[in-house]
Amino acid sequence: MGIVDVANLKKSYGEIVAVDDISFSIEKGEIFGFLGPNGAGKTSTINMMIGLSRPTSGQIIIDGIDAIKNIKKVQRIIGIVPDENNLYDEMNGFDNLCFCASLYGISIKEREKRAMELLEQFNLTKAGKRPFKTYSKGMKRKLTIAAGIIHNPKILFLDEPTTGIDIESARQIRELILDLKKQGKTIFITTHYIEEAERICDRIAFIVNGKIVKIGTVTELMESVEREHKIRLQLDRSIKDIKEELENNIENCRVEIPEENSCLVISKERIALSPILQLLDSKGISVYEAKEIKPSLEDVFVKVTGIEASKLKKEKEKVGK
Amino acid sequence: MQTLIAFWNILRKDIENYYLKPPNISWGIIFPLSWTLMQLIRSQGDIGIEELLSGLMAMSVLFGTTSMLAVTITFERRSRSFDRLLIAPISISTLVIAKILGAILFGILNAFVPVIFAAFFINLSGINWGITLAAVILIAITSALLGLLIAVSAKEVFEAQTFSNFFRFPMLFLCGLFIPIDKLPVILKPISFCLPLTYGTDILNGAITGNSIFNAIFNISVMLVFTTLLFYLCLRNIKTKWIL
Ligand SMILES: Nc1ncnc2c1ncn2[C@@H]1O[C@H](COP(=O)(O)OP(=O)(O)O)[C@@H](O)[C@H]1O
Ligand SMILES: [Mg+2]
Repeated sequence: MGIVDVANLKKSYGEIVAVDDISFSIEKGEIFGFLGPNGAGKTSTINMMIGLSRPTSGQIIIDGIDAIKNIKKVQRIIGIVPDENNLYDEMNGFDNLCFCASLYGISIKEREKRAMELLEQFNLTKAGKRPFKTYSKGMKRKLTIAAGIIHNPKILFLDEPTTGIDIESARQIRELILDLKKQGKTIFITTHYIEEAERICDRIAFIVNGKIVKIGTVTELMESVEREHKIRLQLDRSIKDIKEELENNIENCRVEIPEENSCLVISKERIALSPILQLLDSKGISVYEAKEIKPSLEDVFVKVTGIEASKLKKEKEKVGK
Repeated sequence: MQTLIAFWNILRKDIENYYLKPPNISWGIIFPLSWTLMQLIRSQGDIGIEELLSGLMAMSVLFGTTSMLAVTITFERRSRSFDRLLIAPISISTLVIAKILGAILFGILNAFVPVIFAAFFINLSGINWGITLAAVILIAITSALLGLLIAVSAKEVFEAQTFSNFFRFPMLFLCGLFIPIDKLPVILKPISFCLPLTYGTDILNGAITGNSIFNAIFNISVMLVFTTLLFYLCLRNIKTKWIL
């Protein structure tokens, strides 16, 4: 049993099945990620867990509390960063934070202290006096995250925290998430950035069309697909003419030539270098560099979901505008 | 205590951000004022200010509360900031009361604009102020709840405005403010008696001019029934429409 247990959760909007019978559990203190393209059902899942939407069926237990029956009790111990920066446009940063803290019944002294601390931590001290609507996208995102943690929640829900913001703010936000983990918080994050999931999540669930297709640590996910070994060689000339000879001489190998002056040797087994080097040497070809190419989580995602990684990337750009 | 802090801050934020904004204050004053003047000019002294006063007060409350509430809530819904209130650890009833209270206070203050104006012309000492205040409060509460009900149904700010006018204007003509209910066509009379404003106006008429259809206790009871009914309707609609 984790700190969050979701079982057979389902959500339909009329004909559309947004979340289709998913089950997962989050361990205390871990960063758990939902990775999937737009429309996969990430926000729908979060909304059911935080009480903004009612499940069609299924069970959600958060910190031992039935979140469907007793959502107000759950809401006291969770922090929420929605996919949109929905703070109050006319209010300044400081007042926004204080207001959000007051919703959790935090005393005026305490909430002003927390608000100051958070503004400083997020480099927003100066901006704290300006109305929210004058903020850049990255600043808005940071303040929205600050508002989500001002009441010191046990469990934090982050819906696409870094989508569509500048690289520097995104980097700061990822650092902060890792910091929060160090403080012992449990974090549920959704993203469609594969590298982000890989970098910060302890465990990742691939979600596509409302279904979880795979779940595990990055290492487990990597091992779950049959992997090929790849070595890239940097050469002093093209080897188009001897490609076949190379393939015939080295057992179980395939050779690809992605660009002039380099080649990829691909095999199901580990590749021994010396026979390749010897052969190339005998042809008078110099090898400047040989590098093993490790499979990435992206390769695993593509293999498991059948979705091209470029589809995720394209959506990134769209959202970024 | 925690609920109280949340409640007070929701109310305070609305007052600071909406009700105390200069355009809204001036709207709250100019609107009742211009209606008062218009009625005075139109009647050319045939009708006494006293007879007009209850209608003007009821109208000021109705317009002040319904539109303010419907528009501000629809606005917060659209910018999704309202979600923050729905995911806060406070019950929906607390939230509803905190949200309507700002509009209610705003409406009550609006109601006394015509009173201040009238005080320059006539002697108001004969009015039963206790009952008048009770009536104004009840009209403000029912109007605010009506505004909330409209907000739950509207998606856009302009829709909220259209809906609230759709309700308010017929209500004005059917509640006995301009046309006494006994002079209304027979088919319309039953509708009149389904409107909370009818009873609110009747209390005001009784307290200010002494002419009313029902006695104040009956009217107040009916208003309380309307309040309860509208409150539960609002709660139910929020739960089914906003928590999908
Ligand atoms: N309120 C709604 N009404 C109807 N369909 C919805 C609603 N919210 C989400 N959906 C649909 O549910 C699916 C999942 O959406 P969502 O959970 O927002 O995905 P994600 O957050 O992964 O991008 C989409 O097909 C979306 O169109
Ligand atoms: Mg989403």
